[in-house]
Amino acid sequence: MKTTHADLAGKFIEDEPRTNWHDETLWFVREKRDKAAHGLPEWEQLREWGSQIKNATLSNLSNYLKEFEENALANGVKVHWASDAKEHNEIVHKIIKKHNIQKIVKSKSMLTEECHLNEYLHEHGIEVVDTDLGERIVQFRKEPPSHIVLPAIHLKKEDVSATFHEHLQTEKGNNDPQYLTEAARQHLRNKFVESDLAITGVNFAIAETGGFVVCTNEGNADMGAHTAAVHIACMGFEKLIPKAEHLSVFLRLLARSATGQPITTYSSHFHKPRPNQEMHIVIVDNGRSKQLGREDFRNSLKCIRCAACFNTCPVYRRSGGHSYHTAVAGPIGSILNPNLDMKANADLPFASTLCGSCSNVCPVKINIHEQLWKWRQVIVSEGYVAASKKISMKGMNFVFSNPKIYRLMGKIGRKSMQLFPFIVNNKLNIWFKQREMPVPPKESFRDWYLKNKKSQN
Amino acid sequence: MSARDNILKTIAMNQPEFLEIPVIDTSVVIQYDDVYTQFKTVLQGIGGKTELISDIAVIQEQLAADKKNLSFVVNTIPALGDVDEQVAFLAAAELERVVKAYVKGTLGVAENGAVWVYESQMINRLVPFICQHLVLVIEKENLVDTLHQAYQKLDVSKEGFGAFIAGPSKTADIEQSLVIGAHGARSAVIYVLE
Repeated sequence: MKTTHADLAGKFIEDEPRTNWHDETLWFVREKRDKAAHGLPEWEQLREWGSQIKNATLSNLSNYLKEFEENALANGVKVHWASDAKEHNEIVHKIIKKHNIQKIVKSKSMLTEECHLNEYLHEHGIEVVDTDLGERIVQFRKEPPSHIVLPAIHLKKEDVSATFHEHLQTEKGNNDPQYLTEAARQHLRNKFVESDLAITGVNFAIAETGGFVVCTNEGNADMGAHTAAVHIACMGFEKLIPKAEHLSVFLRLLARSATGQPITTYSSHFHKPRPNQEMHIVIVDNGRSKQLGREDFRNSLKCIRCAACFNTCPVYRRSGGHSYHTAVAGPIGSILNPNLDMKANADLPFASTLCGSCSNVCPVKINIHEQLWKWRQVIVSEGYVAASKKISMKGMNFVFSNPKIYRLMGKIGRKSMQLFPFIVNNKLNIWFKQREMPVPPKESFRDWYLKNKKSQN
Repeated sequence: MSARDNILKTIAMNQPEFLEIPVIDTSVVIQYDDVYTQFKTVLQGIGGKTELISDIAVIQEQLAADKKNLSFVVNTIPALGDVDEQVAFLAAAELERVVKAYVKGTLGVAENGAVWVYESQMINRLVPFICQHLVLVIEKENLVDTLHQAYQKLDVSKEGFGAFIAGPSKTADIEQSLVIGAHGARSAVIYVLE
């Protein structure tokens, strides 16, 4: 049976204190974002520039990509192109095999999560060590990240402590984040020093110079890339920006939107390999060129993966990243994933209240909530919604298009709720789950209005 | 057709109508009355320390004292004394023992506390990341308001590598508790030369 967002969210909220904690923690991150944004009088102008630069990039993307490739090649970087996840994984695997490499470290890359690179390499007998602290935690636990910026945000320090006790032999019951981080530092420093190959993501790729920028707070991308003899940087083609000067706009927006920091600790600009180092860039399509052709949805490709839309989303905060059952969760994931597999991800555009908060915080002004609404229409017309939803929607359409029937149904509803409350207050009614039903009003607004209008006259 | 040609062809077919790149008018961007104070305050907020130095001899003495007291100190700045050129050839396993590194920065950014460092200033790309404690030295006249001015001054593709470094390495991946000293430097001190 298919597991939907609603099913998985149902499981997540069984633990009410933890749900509340998750909700509050992410809201705290959202508040930090607000504080950082309000510190700059030009914030809205910055968002506008970010949006316009990305629009301009998408409008001439094929040329910018060619320019980027040409400059990267001139810098001595090897450039690969992958049509889909499978080709991406094969390219990486081939490079590993060519050098007969065993020790591999990877810094955070949502693209490699999207492509399930770790699983693919595991099947071929190759282990990759994730080096971002949050990613290492979830890797030990054999879980996917639940958030694109804060991969282990669904876990409490007690969980991390138990995981590290099992894998890193830390003291049982020592939940101090400082102690646990130090244990991970020692463990991963050994992995860095031994590594032969480093895989990183890409935050921005610059057409004009052929270089790319990787942002981290921990320094894990740099520790890996500057140690290993081979560096592979994997990027979706939408990471491109035309010029180096545009980095000023995006680096100002990224960390402030993500965590409320003025900038990440490290913003590393890679242009050429070190002497004797091999540097590869894998440019991945995996459905992106198709999304580019969908007029209503193409500007989802402007995303810079800050996760501001996650932190603000009332549904994400109360359902957790794993309920989205995809590599990129949250509102942006819900407009990207139906493009990759409409049937498997048909539930996601419905996992939203359409409140619009995501669009309001988006640093590149993606109309996320409007796209969620548009995806719903596409998904219904393609026949990917449950029969129950289809029938009830048809029923509602009928009722709402016939005022007399609407009024009659309202009257029946109010009366029956007054006389026989058990009709709605029972387990079969999903709206009754964890909620009290509202007290039925004595009369409808229309009745009240007609009466009062008359009395005024 | 190769994956490359196929991808580029599909993109060319599907991309929307051409749009001009917007002009970034930096006159609307924030300016600080006192860039040094702004730089110092922001750095403090992200776990770094700033000191205003009027005589380079102060840093020279600090370096000499560190060289005497600490097991492995790396200096990459000619103005401070002998440069440890050998780090260019050291592997990560050896550099992992570096307690403190002195590195020159090109410029500092007041809005976010970041310092730009070119590869040539690091001697070895690993140095500012792998050291336990990082000392960055910049000139006060090279403090700029925002990243816009920074990118105007820099040529980021001039060398093979360069980075903005803003304070010590950090993480909040365990319950959003901020911990300084993730994989990179546990502390960052920025000396600003007057």
